Amino acid sequence: MSQTPLLKISNLHVRLEDDPAVEILRGIDLTIMPGEVHSIMGPNGSGKSTLAQVLAGKDDYEITEGSIEFNGEDLDDLGPDERANAGIFLAFQYPVEIPGVSAMQFLKAAVNAKRVFEGKDELNAGALLKHFRAKADQIYVPFEMLKRNVNEGFSGGEKKRFEIFQMAVLDSVLGILDESDSGLDIDALKIVSEGVNSMRDGHRAFLLITHYQRLLDYIVPDQVHVLVKGRIVKSGGKELAMELEENGYAPFGVNEPATV
Amino acid sequence: MTTTEEVARISDERREYKFGFVTDIEQDFAPPGLDESTVRFISSKKNEPAWLLEWRLKAFRKWQAMTEPEWVFLPYGYPPIDYQAISYYAAPKAGPKSLDEVDPKLLETYEKLGIPLSETKTLLGIEGAAESPADARRPVAVDAVFDSVSVKTTFQKELAEAGVIFCPISEAVRDHPELVQKYLGSVVPYSDNYFATLNSAVFSDGSFVYVPKGVKCPMELSTYFRINARNTGQFERTLIIAEEGADVSYLEGCTAPMRDENQLHAAVVELVAMKDATIKYSTIQNWYPGDENGKGGIYNFVTKRGICKGDRARISWTQVETGSAITWKYPSVILQGDDSKGEFYSVALTNLRQQADTGTKMIHIGKNTTSTVVSKGISAGQGQNTYRGLIQMNKGAKNAHNYTQCDSILIGDQCGAHTFPYVDIRNQTATAEHEASTTKIAEDQLFYCTARGISEEDAVSLLVNGFCKEVFSELPMEFAVEANKLLAVSLEGSVG
Repeated sequence: MSQTPLLKISNLHVRLEDDPAVEILRGIDLTIMPGEVHSIMGPNGSGKSTLAQVLAGKDDYEITEGSIEFNGEDLDDLGPDERANAGIFLAFQYPVEIPGVSAMQFLKAAVNAKRVFEGKDELNAGALLKHFRAKADQIYVPFEMLKRNVNEGFSGGEKKRFEIFQMAVLDSVLGILDESDSGLDIDALKIVSEGVNSMRDGHRAFLLITHYQRLLDYIVPDQVHVLVKGRIVKSGGKELAMELEENGYAPFGVNEPATV
Repeated sequence: MTTTEEVARISDERREYKFGFVTDIEQDFAPPGLDESTVRFISSKKNEPAWLLEWRLKAFRKWQAMTEPEWVFLPYGYPPIDYQAISYYAAPKAGPKSLDEVDPKLLETYEKLGIPLSETKTLLGIEGAAESPADARRPVAVDAVFDSVSVKTTFQKELAEAGVIFCPISEAVRDHPELVQKYLGSVVPYSDNYFATLNSAVFSDGSFVYVPKGVKCPMELSTYFRINARNTGQFERTLIIAEEGADVSYLEGCTAPMRDENQLHAAVVELVAMKDATIKYSTIQNWYPGDENGKGGIYNFVTKRGICKGDRARISWTQVETGSAITWKYPSVILQGDDSKGEFYSVALTNLRQQADTGTKMIHIGKNTTSTVVSKGISAGQGQNTYRGLIQMNKGAKNAHNYTQCDSILIGDQCGAHTFPYVDIRNQTATAEHEASTTKIAEDQLFYCTARGISEEDAVSLLVNGFCKEVFSELPMEFAVEANKLLAVSLEGSVG
């Protein structure tokens, strides 16, 4: 019996809504089964971040061809909030500051939105706090961070850590990490990776989007895909990342290294 | 944060404006029209002393020679007000003495508004207040003004034990004439401006507060203004006096039925703070705003001013203005005492076709006086929101300092935000800082919230609440909860 893929992308073509002449994704096929970790690697401008944002439902893009299925259901008609509530989590490359809104307040709104979506009662303040504390311990996030405004004055590492923490709090089943390694020193990278690894449970899946292979030293992928100019040009196992480390993207016609 | 479920519930309760119902009750009316006999009628209804009638008549004669101000910035304008078509007095027929005698329909009205007139209910009936920490559960004394008269003031006895007088102003005229005569018009003179002068002539009721020397008022005081009758104006007058070292926090809330025609509300509030006294005055204004075509709604033309008479006195205005078709008000502070302090914290929201021209005046007279102005304007729908402020530092105001922060946020592309800051510094040692910003609800912030499962509408209300945090944190705890919800409901339908 074949299992339903968690994510199934078929022949996905995407253009910019404001500039339809620009086709960013040109026929992507990708299947992620529950529990798997996939990595999409590619040089600048290859369409990596676009793919992440399209999956999360950002409306700046137009899907001209192909489909995205999540748990066997077409995502086309779902807004970003519905996708999030269904279990898709996008860890932003550049997490946004929200002045005047504490991390606690923000997460309370998100958790309860999901509970309402699932037809459950909203959690009261006590239950939420307990939940936050447990996840803060798991992801190595200082609880004090939750009292600060969302991402305001956070260091690069804190922002990325807070993203992973949110995914844990929301208990999402598919984590899309958009260059979560960029701008991190080794210590911060380790903490973020340990957070992700602590969530790997055989069901939850991850899509790691990265330019550099070093993240994959800490979060070991099942499959690696090379994205160049809107197409997946090569797929393979962990060893593909090693090849990229050695040769950069030159074999794919782009003169960029894949190491920092 | 108000959650999705709460907003849905609140919105269901009030598809458009929750408090738009009318109470069917027998009322005494003055016939529409305004001349000296109207002024005499109101004065005699209230059995006022001769000096007050004279004062009213002086104001009325002055008003007849005045013209409506035109400098106010209202891009949509408004049709001329026919002052002869308004009734200047409406009162429920049965004049209540105790709670048992209050017309049950009135009790029901205030119950619907969430305001308990029964002293056994010490909490304001605000949803969510139960989540507040226990120390917020102190009693709140309420003066309820229904059209032209005060129908009930609670906790008068407890307050009297502390020496605090809290009563309808008409009662104060009867029982404490020396205080009223001394202070009425001392901050806002009868000749001050068109609407204040009209108010001086025809004011009906309002609250009177007197806090004696050294007394910290033991509870929050509040007044709920309710316009009910058709074709009437509400002209209330509030006077608060805090003697040396006294401390008082006062809150007013306002609602009115939904009607197609506009109704006039021209109030005057005067605050007097003596040496070392503190007055904190908060407003949650939720008059009927009219519909999305600009039909109906309250004209809220209000004069509010306080004076820091003694050294180290402090007056703080906090306002959350979400209602009214037009809002025209500038709660101000005259900083006369040395080292006195004036504050103005404002959130003004215009949605639908609402127009607001609001801000403050800080007049620095004494040495080392300081003032803080934080204004947050939110424009949605076709709303037009104007901040207008004056910072004046007189010659003697040595080392005076003002800090002004003026932020606007735009939701959608049919609304407007405007700023008219005036700064008038007449001595070398005084300083003023001004910061201003205008932002749109940022797409990336919205997407960040929705990508976490928060609906777009809740996301806007979350972002706007964050934007208003500095002002909401100035409100008494129970009312901050209320203000959050009010904002969420007022913004409903502004996105998508």
